Amino acid sequence: MKILICMSNVPDTTTKVRFKDGNTVFDTTGVQWIINPWDELALTRALQLKEEPGSGIEKVTVITVGLADVEPTIRKALAIGADDAIRVNSQATDAYDVARQIAEAIRSEGYDLIMCGIESSDYNNSMVGGMISEFLDIPSVSSVSSVTVENGRFKVKREIDGGKETLSVTAPFVAIVQKGIALEPRIPSMRGIMMARTKPLKVVEPVAPEVLVEHIRYELPPAKAKCRMVAEDNVRELVQLLHTEAKII
Amino acid sequence: MSVLVYTENWDGKFKKLSYELVSYAHAIAGMLDTETVAVSVGDVSDTELTALGKYGASRVLSVQDARLSQLVNQAYASVLYQAAIRENAQVVVMANNFTGKAVAPRLSVKLKAGVGAGVAGLPLSVEPFTIHKKAFNGKAFATIVIKSPVRILTLLQNSFGVKETGGVAAIEEFLPDLAEHDFRTSVEEVSKITGKILLTDAEVVVSGGRGMKGPENWAPLEELARVLGAATACSRPVSDEGWRPHEEHTGQTGKIIAPNLYMAFGISGAIQHLAGVSSSKCIVAINKDPDAPIFEAADYGIVGDAMKVLPEMIAAVREMKGE
Ligand SMILES: Cc1cc2nc3c(=O)[nH]c(=O)nc-3n(C[C@H](O)[C@H](O)[C@H](O)COP(=O)(O)OP(=O)(O)OC[C@H]3O[C@@H](n4cnc5c(N)ncnc54)[C@H](O)[C@@H]3O)c2cc1C
Repeated sequence: MKILICMSNVPDTTTKVRFKDGNTVFDTTGVQWIINPWDELALTRALQLKEEPGSGIEKVTVITVGLADVEPTIRKALAIGADDAIRVNSQATDAYDVARQIAEAIRSEGYDLIMCGIESSDYNNSMVGGMISEFLDIPSVSSVSSVTVENGRFKVKREIDGGKETLSVTAPFVAIVQKGIALEPRIPSMRGIMMARTKPLKVVEPVAPEVLVEHIRYELPPAKAKCRMVAEDNVRELVQLLHTEAKII
Repeated sequence: MSVLVYTENWDGKFKKLSYELVSYAHAIAGMLDTETVAVSVGDVSDTELTALGKYGASRVLSVQDARLSQLVNQAYASVLYQAAIRENAQVVVMANNFTGKAVAPRLSVKLKAGVGAGVAGLPLSVEPFTIHKKAFNGKAFATIVIKSPVRILTLLQNSFGVKETGGVAAIEEFLPDLAEHDFRTSVEEVSKITGKILLTDAEVVVSGGRGMKGPENWAPLEELARVLGAATACSRPVSDEGWRPHEEHTGQTGKIIAPNLYMAFGISGAIQHLAGVSSSKCIVAINKDPDAPIFEAADYGIVGDAMKVLPEMIAAVREMKGE
């Protein structure tokens, strides 16, 4: 069996965001790019499954949509342990287009499990995984916190409002994963970094783009009014303020 | 033409979120000068269904199919797709919750409809269809244009509010055509937490961070939550340490919430934490460090020891509520 990890390249979570060209473009000057933390955990889990004796998983591939400048992030995924990688040579724009590019690139590759992180931490969309499943007409399970293999079949757990469900699902399918899927992301070893240089990275040309959502302008949040401080020995006053001024309790 | 809104039910009952979604859909229908049509799946009484009219739905399509008792993403997307085609929907509204996140992307592909995910307000304009929403984990706002003729919006819970307009919704049976092929996942086991206010539903949230020092100190925090009718939450290290259950973790990598009041005890206010709570209408911070970044996000603050403030806060709220 083969697992595919959809990976996006995102600004480091502590990045100070800035915009340029009249606030229409995200200013990437000095931005540190990382693998979307969720995709990194998905990759970690896929590698754990592959290493499990008898899991039947032979290969873990990562795929990303982006121009050549995302290759350092791909190499990092290979260094962490992915067997090979695919880059669809297109600037990632909206979720619909990214999902379509991925679906078209791998349609005939026969992946049994496709894993996507719940939300890429740049545009907060949480959409790509579900869209891929629909383009490929295969099942999807979202909010997945655990994936295991038993006798050649996948079992997944998903987090519902106020609980958890265990599901059986027919492969191939897409799992949109979240917290719990793996505890800590795996860190590349020295040997991994050396090996990554020679692992296969296939570049695929995109299909004609179809973009449904356009980001036309950005702005920074308005400065917040100053916090109103109350003395430690005057908690009653704070409660009164919440009641009479803020009117929320 | 119409604005279609998916109103989820919980054991046959709607909740505030359902009414908020209808209110929101109805406001958009007003901008488009068209009607609001709700879709409900499963066993819901006629009284509940017609009551959706109070918030602006003129009709409600009621779908009964035993196979839909579990959330199967593909099947639900197919139901909404068929409803959207039948009603010639220009906009489909769903919640930005578990169900919405599961179904909206599939529906988007079926309808070739662009998605505005996690929106908190009405479109700025419907021609072109323009929305203002958070981006980069709340560090910025983006203005986006959805160019497709059909659009899907997922609304952040508790961001728009419930607006009563008065009216009664007409109930129509709706029988979408579902194939076996749509049902390739099945739930084998469910474990549910009962009797607790869900974090995502709560209007008031009391939250604790590493400054609470250890799980043994949570009793007063839970007591404050009880007197306020609030849900409890925590920062990520707290759930990582196992001091509190994972479903309480808020932030970029946990739950994203927008309560009316968020009270943070012993939370430093890291950017990743704020990403999950910065849409709260009012934030109160209690932290012993006057320079903690949480005070930059807070509306009210006390520099002090959480363990001293908590019992006094409980007493003050009790007194105010006449308990
Ligand atoms: C990729 C990534 C994703 C992340 N996602 C999240 C996320 O989703 N949610 C999240 O919360 N974090 C997240 N984090 C972690 C985040 O960066 C912070 O480390 C975390 O939020 C800090 O938690 P804290 O405020 O509880 O603890 P600390 O930062 O240790 O703060 C404790 C605070 O308590 C105060 N304090 C101590 N004693 C007392 C007392 N007696 N009374 C009052 N105050 C006291 C201290 O002054 C301090 O400000 C993420 C980090 C990364 C890198």
